Amino acid sequence: MNGTKFVLALLIAAAATFGAARLIDNAYVFFAGYVVLQYIALATAWNILGGYTGYVNFGTAAFFALGAYTTVVLHKLTSLPLPLMMPIGGIVSGIVGLGTGYLTLRLRGAFFSIATLALAVVVQTLITNWDFVGGSRGAYIIRPPQTPLLGIDYIQYLFLLMLGLVVIVLATARAIEGSRLGYGFATIRDDEVAAEASGVPTLRLKLLATTLSGAFMGMVGAPLPYYVTYLDPTSGFSLAYAVNGVAMPLVGGTSSWLGPVIGAILLGTLQQVVTVTISSAVNLLIVGLMLVGFVIVAPNGILGLVGVRGRRAG
Amino acid sequence: MTEEALLTVSGLSKRFGGFVALESIGLTVNDGARVGLIGPNGSGKSTLVNCMCGTLRHEMGSVRFAGHTLDGLSAHERTRLGLARSFQLPRPFNTLSLADNVRIPLLYTVNARHGRTLGARAIGERCAELLHMVGLADKAGRLPRDLTQIEMRKLELARAMATAPRLLIADEAMAGLSHGEVDDILALLIRLNEQGVTVILIEHIMRAVMHFSQRLVVLVAGRKIADGDPADVVRDPDVVRAYLGE
Ligand SMILES: Nc1ncnc2c1ncn2[C@@H]1O[C@H](COP(=O)(O)OP(=O)(O)O)[C@@H](O)[C@H]1O
Ligand SMILES: [Mg+2]
Repeated sequence: MNGTKFVLALLIAAAATFGAARLIDNAYVFFAGYVVLQYIALATAWNILGGYTGYVNFGTAAFFALGAYTTVVLHKLTSLPLPLMMPIGGIVSGIVGLGTGYLTLRLRGAFFSIATLALAVVVQTLITNWDFVGGSRGAYIIRPPQTPLLGIDYIQYLFLLMLGLVVIVLATARAIEGSRLGYGFATIRDDEVAAEASGVPTLRLKLLATTLSGAFMGMVGAPLPYYVTYLDPTSGFSLAYAVNGVAMPLVGGTSSWLGPVIGAILLGTLQQVVTVTISSAVNLLIVGLMLVGFVIVAPNGILGLVGVRGRRAG
Repeated sequence: MTEEALLTVSGLSKRFGGFVALESIGLTVNDGARVGLIGPNGSGKSTLVNCMCGTLRHEMGSVRFAGHTLDGLSAHERTRLGLARSFQLPRPFNTLSLADNVRIPLLYTVNARHGRTLGARAIGERCAELLHMVGLADKAGRLPRDLTQIEMRKLELARAMATAPRLLIADEAMAGLSHGEVDDILALLIRLNEQGVTVILIEHIMRAVMHFSQRLVVLVAGRKIADGDPADVVRDPDVVRAYLGE
């Protein structure tokens, strides 16, 4: 399947998803569906850095929350529509991603991961102490009285926006996989010294990956304030984002765009079900156990179990 | 006017902590030459290659190549200028097929040099050709983990050749190969040389070195102790002592 056909297929799948949700016509479907879509985009964004180049980012929450807090700032200062706030949140998180890449130039493996964890703590501390966005008390976001699209509820509007973002992120991820850039990322994951010796500008590619991955995470976070209508640092920087950001690609499989999608649908849905039937408190426990289980039993995730190899051979 | 040599290393020194791995190495290699580089294990041959190619940073000295001063350039920039090397301990891209392993330099070196000169089809054909040259044609779709150590050395060589270099440094590419395989690789390197590629061969198999080299350089304990006509160099008392004293 070439790129255009793939995007077309994505759009059809997205339209079908929205159509099906409309048919069920239950606000809860949109509420829960939004979260699953958000995780698909977040896991795919994580995988661009973590899966393709092998740099494991534990700071997903920071990039995500920066997008969300950019929206809070824009909401207070401007009357920009949400679809415009999303790319701006993406730019902010993308810049932080670029900075993270620069600051961690010489860090590999666990050291890189620890640095991203530290980044999340630093960013959360800064936001918690920034009164303009509500500090530790948090900020209320009042949704506009009506959506720009006539006839649909606000939650449906948010669902639709996130669906659109999922299409963009997935199309990008798959385009990378099939391109020269995807090969370059793979060499960084496999052996940076050999990559350089083969002419791969590893530093530039790594910065591209941290920037792009961070930017997409920021875009995913941007609509959050309108979804929750009340945002505080504890929820914006929730451990759930960091854990799910890593767990979903690893459970699904990091070698191809499909892995994070499978992982996000599986774990995202499971968490929604558990939240309703048991309690949201056990969510992360379940995700953590699945993560540990997969890392031990199936390190290549579900894709590995069914025998899908990432890069096409030949 | 004298033309500048293809490669000029001058006063190159490299330390690992307090250990002096290379001490003020000077070396010139003319365009089109076939140079053998020998020395006991641990004498600094691979370290010299790593410093020339930008894999390691050296403290003192400089390297000029094809009219460029390489100091400060990153390894990939040196590769793109035409300086290629194989790794003594093979470093394949483990998640990529063999064909994709040699595809990388085509994408990132050959096509980065003068615009994207090779299309997808030409790249595919070139991958097959390169693997064929080192006798790995039938394994194009396999992963490196399916290879023996010896096959991995051949892959190293193919990947280095894929960069279309002006200077190719083969770092013990023949260790462990059978008599016939050594001859095959030698023939391949000589053919490459006849096509205009300058080659530095680092090797322990003296038969191969003597057959290949038009000039022989000897490193011992981080110093260059001999450099000249191979027949003279192997009779040099210092060289004989270094090898017998090993
Ligand atoms: N990265 C390194 N760190 C510390 N010592 C090293 C490193 N690389 C090589 N050495 C040391 O430098 C010396 C030269 O090694 P090397 O260049 O590999 O020798 P050769 O290739 O001639 O066998 C050896 O004593 C080796 O132990
Ligand atoms: Mg060596």
